[in-house]
Amino acid sequence: MSQFCTFTLSSFLFGIAVESVQEILPGCGTTPVPLCHEAIAGLINLRGQIVPAVNLRCLLELPPASQEQASDSLNVVLRNDDGPLALLVDEIGDVMEMDPKDFEIPPATLQGSARNWITGTFKLEHQLLLVLDHERLFLLG
Amino acid sequence: MSNEMDDIIKEFLVESQENLDKLDRDLLVLERDPGNGKCIDRIFRALHTIKGTCGFLGFHRLEQIAHTGENLLQRLREKSIPWQTEMGSALLKTVDAIRLHLESLEQTGNESEADHGPLIDLLMDFLNGSLHSSLNFESNFPADESTFHPVSKHEEPEPEAPAPRLGEILVDQGDLARKELDEALAAQRKGDTRPIGEILVAQEQVTPEALQQGLETQAKARKADASESSIRVDVSLLERLMNQVGELVLARNQILQFTARIQDQDFLGAAQRLSLITTELQEGVMKTRMQPIGMVFGRFPRVVRDVATQLGKQVNIEVEGADTELDRSILEAIKDPLTHIVRNSIDHGIEMPADREAAGKSFSGTLRLRAFHEGGQVNIEISDDGRGIDPEKIKKKALEKGLISPQAAAKMSDKEMIHLIFLPGFSTAETVTNISGRGVGMDVVRTNIERIGGTVDLSGAPGKGTITRIKIPLTLAIIPALIVGCHEQRYAIPQVSLVELLRLEGEEGRSRIEHIHGTPVYRLRGELLPLTFLGNELWKTGEEIRPPEGDDSLSIVVLTADGHPFGLVVDEVRDTVEIVVKPLSKHIKNIPVFAGATILGDGKVSLILDVMGLAQRAHIFSSAVGGAASGHKEELVDDGTEEILLCRGPDDSRWAIPLSSVSRLEEIDPATIEHTGALCVVQYRETLLPLVRISDILPERRIVPRTALQPGEKQPVVVHETSGQPVGLMVDAIVDIVRDTLVAQRPGSRYGVTGCRVLQERVTEILDLETIVRAGLEADR
Repeated sequence: MSQFCTFTLSSFLFGIAVESVQEILPGCGTTPVPLCHEAIAGLINLRGQIVPAVNLRCLLELPPASQEQASDSLNVVLRNDDGPLALLVDEIGDVMEMDPKDFEIPPATLQGSARNWITGTFKLEHQLLLVLDHERLFLLG
Repeated sequence: MSNEMDDIIKEFLVESQENLDKLDRDLLVLERDPGNGKCIDRIFRALHTIKGTCGFLGFHRLEQIAHTGENLLQRLREKSIPWQTEMGSALLKTVDAIRLHLESLEQTGNESEADHGPLIDLLMDFLNGSLHSSLNFESNFPADESTFHPVSKHEEPEPEAPAPRLGEILVDQGDLARKELDEALAAQRKGDTRPIGEILVAQEQVTPEALQQGLETQAKARKADASESSIRVDVSLLERLMNQVGELVLARNQILQFTARIQDQDFLGAAQRLSLITTELQEGVMKTRMQPIGMVFGRFPRVVRDVATQLGKQVNIEVEGADTELDRSILEAIKDPLTHIVRNSIDHGIEMPADREAAGKSFSGTLRLRAFHEGGQVNIEISDDGRGIDPEKIKKKALEKGLISPQAAAKMSDKEMIHLIFLPGFSTAETVTNISGRGVGMDVVRTNIERIGGTVDLSGAPGKGTITRIKIPLTLAIIPALIVGCHEQRYAIPQVSLVELLRLEGEEGRSRIEHIHGTPVYRLRGELLPLTFLGNELWKTGEEIRPPEGDDSLSIVVLTADGHPFGLVVDEVRDTVEIVVKPLSKHIKNIPVFAGATILGDGKVSLILDVMGLAQRAHIFSSAVGGAASGHKEELVDDGTEEILLCRGPDDSRWAIPLSSVSRLEEIDPATIEHTGALCVVQYRETLLPLVRISDILPERRIVPRTALQPGEKQPVVVHETSGQPVGLMVDAIVDIVRDTLVAQRPGSRYGVTGCRVLQERVTEILDLETIVRAGLEADR
């Protein structure tokens, strides 16, 4: 069994391995970085540490956030050896425990940039949980 | 247990490194002044300590070397053998051998496998007197080797370190008047051989009790001198402290912003005290990171000696201001550039003794190193009294190499010509030595220094010598910066690049911006100042300024990048603050316009502009100097990347060679290439340089036939040194120098290639130089 921290973006439910998540942070303004990768929303101040924040909507080619959604967004802060990285999400869900037998790799028909970032899905009763490749997110840039 | 052992070894390594640096210096003093007994004592003591510890830790090869050296010093101390000039070199070699072992210990945990037999034999020969050159020297010790067996366990008492004088202590205690002490000392000088304490008691100047007390104080002081007055601290701990203090400064700034709103007297008082203490704490912590520049200067006498000896030149070195303090990280960063300049000065600047005499100068040249604080910066001057720089010669060379256009050259001032030395690929040496040349030269020096916010300037007149002036900030971590606003964002500009601020009021002001073919310029005191719009550079919004409401002025920040002034048009100029520089994460590191980020008083993140990067992006540098400006940025941080030379092979294939294994880049006239047997050679600085065509070694995979060089075209050659022998590797073209890692993304698919990697968007083969050189030279045999 493995645990996933879940969150919603647009109408989708995403999950990310719970071990990779450092903390959840209420949205605080990001400082945009000109000339960088378009999916980098900007920099945030995490207790004195400067952390890049990723605009997942842009990365996954989802419709851009409305004014209201943008101001209510939360940061899911991931960490690996290189340091932290924040993901901008709409809403935080529960930590879900999933059975690996419910896992399926994305269908070959899943095209576009989403394919790069989604390792597979868990079939929930009413919904699909899309699992993000956290290792890969760190390679962005 | 093993952990404890590791700690002991680590301690030993740190301590020995310090000892070795001191040894180098003392040996040089000894070479000049062989009779200096104190100096011999110090060298002896240092070797003795190293030997003792290695014996304890079981590093027997190291112990043997240190011990043999120590034995020689012991003889010199006893004056039982006379000093010979060759001993200096042998002892310096001993230090090098010890250093080699220590480096190996640090890296692999084992002693080096290098064979130091010949060195030990040489030292033994000195010991046995078989090498002594003075014929009337009488050996008063048996020349029997077994007596001086290198690993004998005989321990000499360690000479004591200097401690405070007993007399001074007694005066401090109030038991003795200064006048009486002076009298007793005078008696001692006149031939009274008794210790000072005895004389004083005999003269009834002090009571035996007071004397006892004084002796105890002295003993304590001795101990404190050795161990208690300083402690070793892990640098990473200091870095952490520094970061935390940086945070504290930010938090303090945030609190100070509240003081404007809250009119509570108690709160204001507390905030002010907090502010004061924070400033003091910041200064204190900064001080712990400060080290005297002597740490770097200290190694130059040795460098100068070695280089000068190798070249047959005579050079004196003068050092001034060695106690000038600098931040550790900066010290680290200027070490290599300074060494390069020093080597350059001796190699290219100072003439051969005969030439100097002919020019009416003293036989030996002088190299002067000077460091001092000025205007919140550290200034370093490296000057020599050598042949100086001939601007015309440099211009000619730059034209020959195609680094500048003839039109640009015609318009250049002397100073600009001298500065051509900083162009990548420039080298004026008529004779190449393995000393100053890595072929990549002064451009790397400049990029390295500019990376840390410093500047380099060269001046000098032909025949009069050269002066290199370097200005560097005291510290990298906290810098003063100007905050400017643009598109509702704030950006920090390091104050070092700031020249002045201009403010143009209203429509009339705006009309003073003129255009040359769409390029905006401003007439600043009669000179045209190129302008660039920050918003345009960052957000591609076109020429548009959005000053804060109710204000129709225009703000121009005049900056200088690499000596070129330019105006940066921003929406508004805010205030000057001290900012804590924080590195950018790797996701956004490759944007040359930004040097880092910082957190402002209100907790918001602000980007720090890299003025050099910005100027390059805005094409501030003319095309003539463009080569220098768009030069490769050196990363100070060691992130596993290195500089890589990219070359072109047949079929437009790409090869990568680590720059560290390249000693020079040359262009050779094909007509000068000769053949001996199967091998190509070229006469190169009075020796023969074997040439290997890389494409001849790599298994053929060519589709397009090799194109012969056009008449008059030069053959690019990468000079690589393998076991002290230079070899020229012929490539079709030198493409670029990039910074990346050389970790293969795919294994190599042919002989001589260790792997492939995508560099500059091209699949590039990483060459196995050793294999290629071996194969190339074997063709001859």
